[in-house]
Amino acid sequence: MSTTKTKHASSGLVALVTLLASHSALAEWGLNMTQGVTSISRQLYGLHMLVLWICVIIGIGVFGAIFYSIYHHRKSRGAKAAEFHESTTVEVIWTVVPFLILVGVAIPATKTLLYLEDTRDADINIKVTGYQWKWKYDYLDEDISFFSNLAPTSREAISADPTKVENYLLEVDNPIVVPVNKKVRFLITADDVIHAWWIPEFGVKQDAIPGFINDAWAVIEEPGVYRGQCAELCGKDHGYMPIVVEAKSETDYLAWVAEQKATAAADAEAAGKTWSMDELMAKGETVYITSCAACHQANGEGLTGVFPAIKGSPIATEDLPAHLDIILNGKAGTSMQAFGAQLTDTEIAAVITYQRNAWGNNTGEMVQPTEIKAAR
Amino acid sequence: MSEATANGAHHEEHARGISRWLFTTNHKDIGTLYLWFSFVMLLIGGAMAMYIRAELWEPGIQLSDPNFFNQMTTLHGLIMVFGAVMPAFVGLANWQVPMMIGAPDMALPRMNNWSFWILPFAGLLLVSTIFMEGGGPNFGWTMHAPLSTTYAPPSTDFFIFAVHLLGLSSIMGSINIIATILNMRAPGMTLMKMPMFVWSWLITAFLLIAVMPVLAGAVTMMLTDRNFGTSFFDAAGGGDPLLFQHVFWFFGHPEVYIMILPAFGVISQIIPTFARKPLFGYSSMVYATASIAFLSFIVWAHHMYTTGMPVSGELYFMYATVMIAVPTGVKVFNWVATMWKGSMTFETPMLWALGFLVLFTIGGFTGLMLGVAPADFQYHDTYFVVAHFHYVLVSGALFAIIAGVFYWLPKWTGNMYDEKLAKIHFWWAMISFNVLFFPQHFLGLAGMPRRIPDYALQFTEWNVISSIGGFAFGASWLLFLYIIIKTIRGGEKATDEVWEGADGLEWTVPSPAPYHTFNTAPEVK
Ligand code: HEC
Ligand SMILES: [Cu+2]
Repeated sequence: MSTTKTKHASSGLVALVTLLASHSALAEWGLNMTQGVTSISRQLYGLHMLVLWICVIIGIGVFGAIFYSIYHHRKSRGAKAAEFHESTTVEVIWTVVPFLILVGVAIPATKTLLYLEDTRDADINIKVTGYQWKWKYDYLDEDISFFSNLAPTSREAISADPTKVENYLLEVDNPIVVPVNKKVRFLITADDVIHAWWIPEFGVKQDAIPGFINDAWAVIEEPGVYRGQCAELCGKDHGYMPIVVEAKSETDYLAWVAEQKATAAADAEAAGKTWSMDELMAKGETVYITSCAACHQANGEGLTGVFPAIKGSPIATEDLPAHLDIILNGKAGTSMQAFGAQLTDTEIAAVITYQRNAWGNNTGEMVQPTEIKAAR
Repeated sequence: MSEATANGAHHEEHARGISRWLFTTNHKDIGTLYLWFSFVMLLIGGAMAMYIRAELWEPGIQLSDPNFFNQMTTLHGLIMVFGAVMPAFVGLANWQVPMMIGAPDMALPRMNNWSFWILPFAGLLLVSTIFMEGGGPNFGWTMHAPLSTTYAPPSTDFFIFAVHLLGLSSIMGSINIIATILNMRAPGMTLMKMPMFVWSWLITAFLLIAVMPVLAGAVTMMLTDRNFGTSFFDAAGGGDPLLFQHVFWFFGHPEVYIMILPAFGVISQIIPTFARKPLFGYSSMVYATASIAFLSFIVWAHHMYTTGMPVSGELYFMYATVMIAVPTGVKVFNWVATMWKGSMTFETPMLWALGFLVLFTIGGFTGLMLGVAPADFQYHDTYFVVAHFHYVLVSGALFAIIAGVFYWLPKWTGNMYDEKLAKIHFWWAMISFNVLFFPQHFLGLAGMPRRIPDYALQFTEWNVISSIGGFAFGASWLLFLYIIIKTIRGGEKATDEVWEGADGLEWTVPSPAPYHTFNTAPEVK
């Protein structure tokens, strides 16, 4: 323990010194709010800077007076205490002036607030649902719907070496894609606990609350990849549910929509065929890592007292109907969700097969997508 | 009064050993108990903070797992708020309020004993949840439902019980303080002649009585949602998760003033003493404190700007919130005007008071920024908020407590503390505090969410610096402990007045203050 601590301490110090010295790294010393790529985010930045400068100016006055007085009105310099106190005029002045300044701030703040809450006349509507710990996106005007999980590259690096991973913790398996220069409206809700959908560069942050739908909007002006994170504590993996939005030109966006529909059709077809053990195990492992390992752990051993082990569990080694049931329907009142609504038949078949054969659960049993379809 | 005088004969008599502390009804003993309890809690909560800063030393998970990290942030917050800051101020009130108003003791001495002795059990219960199956509370000190109900670990029921006990203790303590201040002031001490510390505690005690039951209601609803099939906060059963937040913050916002108003009181005692000049605007200070207390009840939803309130609600809460800047500004300006053209010296209590003045003002500025609703859409739930509330609660409340401890310590112990060591401690804490928390403003603005155990690589540099400051700040409290023990053991004898510019009844009694003071009420002119 103590050796690893000192190792961390010294490696951190070395890192600090090299970072201070290296020029390229200095770009990383983020100091201020982003101006972002939407008119909302620019207005928020403007307000932030306005209030910041007001505070700086008042601060110079107040701190100036404090330090002047500390220097000049000290006993060691022979200062004699004056006797004055109580002055209604002075009290009125320093009540009224700040009040007027506040009115000056409230006016632009009100304008901005009304602007950012105006979600009318959207071109595209996307429903965003927070789950422990991933996001689901439903394109309400198209028939597109998918989950977006922390990318496996990041998940695998958590207890290894994050510094080797590009966009560590800010990469997902399925980013959401939107067109630029269109008013995109996000309808934000949650399935379990409260989350918050935040993309700093859009100036959008809205709580995702189970049972309620909030909305927010963005007109993105530049194509690019924009990243954000869940902002409301939502349990163990709160830090591991990033958001990635790809803003594309109208034509690229339409091509993406077509591609999504084609993949969905291909998936439906794949669900009809008979899969081999190897195929199921390979797919099952991917599904397990992205959807299950956050709780049940990559080694299948779970976390004592919180998430049960799958390795050696009677459900995963013997009782197949119970296994199917808990994955399809979840278990009410626990964080084990109903994955029937989240995963395709193929994915469920694969992950069940994987759980029944990995980590020494060598049952040799296979489950086919068609069986899942029948069981639903 | 006559009875108290009759008892004057056996002045210094009290039980010895453990029973003195268990059964004491003496305000000074109980004040001491409160202060030691809160210091122990400060160290426990501080150790948790050290864990947090160690985990955030670099990206990735090194020390434990994210669930444990969440327990640490939750308990760190709860322990510091309910275990360290609040009891410390009650400890100061116990020691000082009777001595400052010329009363022989608190109005309800037996209840006083009980208010204190509930605390160690509540604290123990709270800390013991970490060792229960499934771990301790892991949903943040703000305990937003349904994370704190349906999705919370089994130990949550014990946590709820602990909160009830803490609330009970606070309510009893407040009743006692109000009864004491309203009934036991020396003849001639009208309300508008009371020392500012007494005023600020009188107002704080009313705040406590008003909001602790609200917290109790919130956690009781949590309890029934968890165990008895109600759905207050469960949308699936017809409830509303936001109801929890409204109720919680109706308690939570006044709560932050409960922690800062007594701090204002302490600072208003110290600055005039060391500036050798009366407080600039005594009555406007009283009115400002009362206005802040009133406003604190009508601004709660500024913690909820991003929850999807109606725009009209957001506008109202924004206007009401930024208004608090006015009376708060009045307080700061008055302190500065008190120093102005004074004859200042810079003993340790004054250093802490000045540290408070500068850093609390910075926390006030960021508070104003956060109050501006649209901008809060970017700040909310980021490290900017973490930086803000540590500036107001650590360099605000805690700095004022330490200022008060050094200010009154010679009166309590009869000994002067080691001025040189105490100054070293101040500068050590002052510098490391800023290294610890200032960079967190940058982290928040650059987009780092709060309450995450692991972060994207671009946040590494400032986190390393913040952690270095954190370890240094943490270590400084061991020196503080040493200074206090050294003072209790001995040191240069303090005079009765202790400080050249000191003014008030507590400085008319001998140092150390005898076990019973003001058995005969003094006359205040
Ligand atoms: C958010 C955390 C979480 C995630 C993600 C999760 N589970 Fe679970 N799972 C649980 C909990 C909690 C239980 C225990 C429920 C109970 O109390 O019986 C559980 C139980 C189970 C069980 C029964 C184990 C036993 O022996 O009782 C199986 C099988 C299972 N999960 C499979 C999965 C699969 C497959 C996935 C991924 C598709 C998954 N889980 C994802 C939390 C999770
Ligand atoms: Cu979340």
